[in-house]
Amino acid sequence: MIAPLATLLTHAAGADRAKAGLAARGCDDPAAARLSADLVAVAAGDRQAFARLFAHFAPRVKAYMLKLGMPAQRAEDLAQDTMLSVWRKAQLYDPSKAEAATWVFTIARNLRIDVLRRERHPEVSDDELLEHEDDRPPADELLDGDRRARRLRGALAALTPEQAEVVRLSFFADLAHPAIAERLDVPLGTVKSRLRLAMAKIRKALGDDDR
Amino acid sequence: MTAHHPDAALALLPNHHPSDALLVAYGAGSLGEGLSLAVAVHLAHCPDCRATLAEVEALGGALLEDLPPAPLESLSLAATLDRLDREEAPANPCKALRLKPSLGKPSLGKPKAGSAPQPAMGLPRPLRAYVPSLDSLSWQRLAPGVRRVELLPRTASGGAAQLLRIAPGTALPHHGHGGLELTVVLSGHFADELGRYGPGDLAEVDGDTNHQPIADSHRDCICLIATDAPLRFTGLMGRLMQPFIGL
Ligand SMILES: [Zn+2]
Repeated sequence: MIAPLATLLTHAAGADRAKAGLAARGCDDPAAARLSADLVAVAAGDRQAFARLFAHFAPRVKAYMLKLGMPAQRAEDLAQDTMLSVWRKAQLYDPSKAEAATWVFTIARNLRIDVLRRERHPEVSDDELLEHEDDRPPADELLDGDRRARRLRGALAALTPEQAEVVRLSFFADLAHPAIAERLDVPLGTVKSRLRLAMAKIRKALGDDDR
Repeated sequence: MTAHHPDAALALLPNHHPSDALLVAYGAGSLGEGLSLAVAVHLAHCPDCRATLAEVEALGGALLEDLPPAPLESLSLAATLDRLDREEAPANPCKALRLKPSLGKPSLGKPKAGSAPQPAMGLPRPLRAYVPSLDSLSWQRLAPGVRRVELLPRTASGGAAQLLRIAPGTALPHHGHGGLELTVVLSGHFADELGRYGPGDLAEVDGDTNHQPIADSHRDCICLIATDAPLRFTGLMGRLMQPFIGL
């Protein structure tokens, strides 16, 4: 059954929370803050927030799948699967740890691996680690989501063309560094150092450069 | 953090880490399953590399944000909500009760201390989806001092992964080659010219590096070895069958 629009509009338990979150986060990068607040609201079952996330992310996830060489219909199927996962897993999202886009990216990535390669992406989640104390700064000392988003975008723009190229091939061509070296016909060490330098810029932008 | 296990204080942070390039490949999703598994085992031991991974994934998020949105053709919000209603209908309407965080990652084992084997005596969590415990494995003799269990004989992307159990003093001749070969220690130690590798340490051989690991502790060294191509894997097997250098 299709939920009528009226139901969607009244079924907005998390909307106030989302608005409060938006206000509290300031408006430096309102887009990132709103997406993050919407994701928190979706965890409480807010379908209006889900509708906004869908409008923002479904076309981007489709674009991501197209970039990776999927036919249009398959790309849309995976965009839908990604959005359904966003709804189901929203409670696992921690706004202090990652931007909404980061979290959606990991879901899309894992679905793509699952469907395209019929493989799993073995992972570790922070709450399941017993071995060691994490001495990294607590979340409230990290940059808030809006500033992170802006600085990250700045770092992305500041990559050299060579660095941007290996980053794009890593994320959008399904190529690991040895295959990138083959594709570009440059030594593997060159690809590795471009990726290392790119990551140094990202790390600096995110304020983790003192490690 | 559950630091009550007696061995927890003895567990040291790894000394040998994946390169940034390898963590980018893992975070971008461009590594095959076996190689990803080796990286995940290291991540289970290493907060620093988990922080780098978070940065890689943030980069992925920023790239996703920057993509020009592709207009939807047949996909719609209404159809998605419809599917959501159909698939959720029989379930408890209260998401909070139905969706426990631990269910979100089915590939991982139970996090509860006491109910699951501890890493010191069992397996790092990412491995538990593949093998229940080290005790239950049937090791095949491969060469003097070397036994193995095939974990992923051949993954869809063409790689392979196996567990090796190497007797003390056994040397594994490794050579740099064009492909990727990752070794992560599960228990015991081995050493090469770059140092000593213990649980969680990852050796990355990719043509840019060259290792000749030697199992150097008094007990067996158990490690996971993953490669990105079965041919290269066969190549390693060929070298394993050569006479070993004893210590
Ligand atoms: Zn590490």
